[in-house]
Amino acid sequence: MDIRHDVIGHEDLPGQTPHGPWPEDSLARVPYWVYRDEANYQREMRRLFEGATWNFVCLEADIPDKGDYRTNQVGAMPVIVVRDADGAINCFENRCAHRGALIAFDDGGNVKGNFKCVYHAWGYDLCGNLKGIAFEKGINGLGGMPPGFDRARFSPRKLRTTTLCGLVFATLSDDTPPIEDFIGAEVLGRLKRVLNRPIRVMGRFVQPLPNNWKLYVENVKDTYHASLLHTFLTTFRISRLTQGGGVLVSEDGGNHSSYTIGVAEGANAGAYKAQEIRTDQDGRFALADPSVLDSVEEFGDQIQLQILSVFPGFILQQIHNCLAVRHVVPRGVDRMDLVWTYFGFTDDSPEMNRRRLKQQNLVGPAGFISMEDGCVGGFVQRGTAAAGEHVSVIEMGGATAESQATRATEASVRGFWKAYRRHMGY
Amino acid sequence: MDLARLVELNATYARVIDTDQLEEWPKLFLDPCLYKLTTAENVAKGHEAGLIYADTRGMLEDRVSSLRKVNIYEGQRYRHVVGLPVVLGETNGTADVETPFLLVRVMRDGTTDLFATGVYRDKVKPDASGALRFAERVVVCDGRRFDTLVAIPF
Repeated sequence: MDIRHDVIGHEDLPGQTPHGPWPEDSLARVPYWVYRDEANYQREMRRLFEGATWNFVCLEADIPDKGDYRTNQVGAMPVIVVRDADGAINCFENRCAHRGALIAFDDGGNVKGNFKCVYHAWGYDLCGNLKGIAFEKGINGLGGMPPGFDRARFSPRKLRTTTLCGLVFATLSDDTPPIEDFIGAEVLGRLKRVLNRPIRVMGRFVQPLPNNWKLYVENVKDTYHASLLHTFLTTFRISRLTQGGGVLVSEDGGNHSSYTIGVAEGANAGAYKAQEIRTDQDGRFALADPSVLDSVEEFGDQIQLQILSVFPGFILQQIHNCLAVRHVVPRGVDRMDLVWTYFGFTDDSPEMNRRRLKQQNLVGPAGFISMEDGCVGGFVQRGTAAAGEHVSVIEMGGATAESQATRATEASVRGFWKAYRRHMGY
Repeated sequence: MDLARLVELNATYARVIDTDQLEEWPKLFLDPCLYKLTTAENVAKGHEAGLIYADTRGMLEDRVSSLRKVNIYEGQRYRHVVGLPVVLGETNGTADVETPFLLVRVMRDGTTDLFATGVYRDKVKPDASGALRFAERVVVCDGRRFDTLVAIPF
């Protein structure tokens, strides 16, 4: 029963952005208004998040039993994800069909029977069907809903859901391809590599960031910055651009996996020193307790570090033995939340659990190697305040979005813009 | 355990952080120790992870030296307002202590925000010299949101 007045408008003309055509028609040039423009942001909510994409909504481990639910957001839309009596997982808009109030106003829990909106006590089953209307027949023959009112025509919007390796994704579009096809074979293989057995949640934190959501997604895909911004990575040879590795980009561009192989080069190797890069701190900094870096080979393939993203806002991280899922939640054109879920596996030994707890110091809002990511997005947001019609230059490693056997490239960032422009119709 | 000495320990703790004497911060802990920064939600769910998790004084020293020499962040400082400690119990000279706190973050341009509130859950005992020290300090924040980054310890 939703008539979507908002989708009817001149701004949806094919090939036209709110600022005319995309500048220079290149994946390697991105106009700064894209991080600042309100009309563009609203179009992203409709065309990306509510469009033909799979959005991460929760972990299966969050809702193991019947009636277990979590709330989340798909773009701007609040959703409920719930396991029903048959063990299936359903996802529907967290909006009462009556007056639009949130049906569930907590983070999750377990519901016995049906969900009930607190405002006027309309009830919904675990599939999101409207099942009960308080005083539907009125009182003593007076009031009540009109005869012939058809409940079946009124429900919150339902999303298609799918599960993959313990992750739950949802989409509003019938056109979204199966998740395996959406991710693409190469990146899918790298996802399955990590999520190869039942997981165990170790903790959750939320990091509000003062920047457009895309700046964080770009940062995640940007293998070029990691060892330049994050001194810790380079100093302790966790990752250097000069070691083995590369970046896989899905065919449509939207998904990626970057990885490093083996150990980083020795202390005196020359590439960083020769360019006097700030992150080369050899000899100036040593850990009093190096146990934070005590890692073990876990996946049997010498890949020490893997960052993987699924368009538009899902990230899976393996940094040595520190594993996490990160979810990008847009909160406005210049704000977002990054939701961190640290995890291990149900069969972790006490030693592995302790190792993960220590290595969690590496990432998150207080992470030795990731705290800088919290502020650089804000630096770009502030730096480009008066530069709306100017463009950024994303040309490391060329102008295309193909997989490369190096991380001195911005191929996966360009991949993001390839997918973005397709979904946005730019 | 003497309440006045606990108050003094907390006051010293807040002062070394708020006056940027971070090198003094690890010295208020025993070795080994536990310092963990987490949320009430994680504690309630039995989730062990911390934004910061240190189980030796060396790990605390590494936090400080990383902030001094390695990490990049805009200038900022804290103002702690620490409430009165409550001794919940005492076993073999180690006191279980709970102390509420309120943490204000002051950015380099003067922007002043309420950054976190919560409770310190501590195990406190005297070191060899008789000075009170933390065997454990678990910082349990009321909320789960940490704006932009956590550079300085709570």
